[in-house]
Amino acid sequence: MSALVQLVDVSKRYADASALHSTNLAIERGKATVLIGPSGCGKSTLLRLIIGLITPDSGTIAFDESQITPANIDTLRRRIGYVIQEGGLFPHLTARANILLMARYLGKSDEEMRTHLLELCELTRLSNNLLSRYPIELSGGQRQRVSLMRALMLSPELLLLDEPLGALDPLVRASLQKELKEIFARLRQTTLFVTHDLAEAAYFGDEIVLMNEGHIVQQGSLFELREKPANDFVREFINSQRALVLT
Amino acid sequence: MKLLPRPRLVGRDRRARRGEPNGFSLTFLILFAAVFSANAQPVIVGSKKFTESYVLGEIAKRTLNDSSIPAEHRQGMGGTIILWQALRGRQIDAYPEYTGTIAQEILKTDRKLSLNEIRDVLAEFDVGATEPLGFNNTYAIVMRRSEAEQLGLHTISDLRNHPELKIGLTHEFLDRQDGWQPLRTRYALPQENVIGIDHALGYAALKNGSIDVKDAYSTDAKIAEYDLVTLEDDLQFFPRYEAVFLYRLLLPAPTITALRKLEGTLNETRMIRLNAEAERTKNYTHAANSFFEGGRASTMTAGETFLHKLKRWTLRHLELAGASLLLSVLVGVPLGIFASRGGTLGQVILGFASVVQTIPSLALLALLVPLPFFGISVRTAIAALFLYGLLPIVRNTASGLQDIPRALRESAIALGLRPIARLWQIYLPMASRSILAGIKTSAVINIGTATLAALIGAGGLGEPILSGLNLNDHVTILEGAIPAALLALLVQWLFDLLDRVLIPKGLRL
Repeated sequence: MSALVQLVDVSKRYADASALHSTNLAIERGKATVLIGPSGCGKSTLLRLIIGLITPDSGTIAFDESQITPANIDTLRRRIGYVIQEGGLFPHLTARANILLMARYLGKSDEEMRTHLLELCELTRLSNNLLSRYPIELSGGQRQRVSLMRALMLSPELLLLDEPLGALDPLVRASLQKELKEIFARLRQTTLFVTHDLAEAAYFGDEIVLMNEGHIVQQGSLFELREKPANDFVREFINSQRALVLT
Repeated sequence: MKLLPRPRLVGRDRRARRGEPNGFSLTFLILFAAVFSANAQPVIVGSKKFTESYVLGEIAKRTLNDSSIPAEHRQGMGGTIILWQALRGRQIDAYPEYTGTIAQEILKTDRKLSLNEIRDVLAEFDVGATEPLGFNNTYAIVMRRSEAEQLGLHTISDLRNHPELKIGLTHEFLDRQDGWQPLRTRYALPQENVIGIDHALGYAALKNGSIDVKDAYSTDAKIAEYDLVTLEDDLQFFPRYEAVFLYRLLLPAPTITALRKLEGTLNETRMIRLNAEAERTKNYTHAANSFFEGGRASTMTAGETFLHKLKRWTLRHLELAGASLLLSVLVGVPLGIFASRGGTLGQVILGFASVVQTIPSLALLALLVPLPFFGISVRTAIAALFLYGLLPIVRNTASGLQDIPRALRESAIALGLRPIARLWQIYLPMASRSILAGIKTSAVINIGTATLAALIGAGGLGEPILSGLNLNDHVTILEGAIPAALLALLVQWLFDLLDRVLIPKGLRL
């Protein structure tokens, strides 16, 4: 079976600097791929290109073998879930309304929505009675759970997570990491996860993609990155976070 | 004070340009006249913003009514140019005017024209003039009798020896071609201390000594009331100001005949008495009625109770402010949405709204009045208020939308909502607090500014304020000012309630 997302020679340049040099990447179905690298290395840019928040200057991006164009992007977006660090919940809508926003927009039946919502509550261990609260009335961890439920509501083929745990305190972060891993395993969810934390990358990733200054430097398992670093940058990046990974 | 160069003989230029026959406008005119006579529209009499003009307007209305011609009187519409434009624009059918003013201000000539010469020129504008009504209301320079006697002043020339005197002049006199500048040149007056002041307020200022010298009309009842003296125009500077009625030549013959019945019926003594009567009773209709034999009341306007008037003013005020606010919202919110996207278009929209806001409201009204669609009408008032209401709404809509964090904006996009749904379901609700604040600001400003609508005869709570100003009568001013202030508070309060209904709960926590 072919890759779910295929980037061919994709590059993106911003006014001041190049954000992503010509890049090729395949995201395999059913796997968790982690993009890692220092700030400004282009990992978020890559994610934003796939969801169509920005368009590439050159190259093509294909989702499920159809090329992403302005004409089909809205339809494709509904097959992709997207969770960002701040959660991105709309403050004027309750948790429930946030989660059901797209399902309602697409005219799903009440029955279908209710069943799926209950499943998601169970999956993310979010108490049912928190659903009528507004985002401002929820804790950071609860907000990210709601954000994840919103992303999963339409049963997306691909889940994009842009540092989803970055804003949480360490205890909440640790427990959510564990839960997320269980959820993705249960759903056999194809995931593209962005983080700058090697420990998190190693924990989630079937495949780790290390980026630096707009290039993919090396791709493989943590073992491969550690034992056969492609260059000095990889060696340094691994070593700098080694203590964290190995203890 | 700077002397503006005045165009000479503009009237003649205008005539030259209007010389070519224009089939379209002629057809239009005939059509218009036909529609008017067929519908038996009431004859609209206008008047300028001072007592005598009000009284003459009432007299004309009463005369027409007595000849069984329905007539309405639009009181105190403004100055010469506004009335003249309204007459030419067919918003009014007749108004009282003075021969000197016609020559100087309307025809812009320095030559002394006879009434027949004036008629010839006016005919080319489809305007006719009656014979003189019988009195000459020229400009006069007046001061307190006590001070004049103390200083031994009898003529305008005598002012030359007293440069310390403070002069307060109406704005119209300051700007007129036969006004202050040429008067000062002719008499070589040395006074530098000259301020512009409203006519009625000027009398109060003269009385309490804030100013020493002021311009007046020679038939002004205030001259006797405040014990003032008129300084003799020893160099014969002021032209004659014979009162006449100007009317549209296309009016039906019986209407013109009725108006012309007034020719030669009012001498100076009589006019001064009517003016005094109007100021004493603060009722122009009453004063006008005393002109007619027996002084019986006109059947068309019976005395209105205060509550009835208040209701009429308030309803009209709300109509003006409400209609203009609705327009401002309908136009301002979409403009704000465009402006929020930035770029040249956004800059242009915000720039336009800001520029409109900097135009003084009075000037904006004056700018709209000569335009074909507007003229002296409620439309003009609503249009001006609408333009004023735009900026707060456009700016608040734009900034409310721009203040939505990028992460949320992108979340809405990433979900796959289409642009219209993003706007309606996400962006506008999130900006609702800011948008509503803009609408509230507009509404309160509108309630206040709508009082100016009375200047162009559009009514509302400005009507008592304006006539109170004119009569220097504080009670009448307050009859309009207090309800207007209460209305503004009420609107503010209603919008605070509306906030709770329209701003989503999640944004209010």
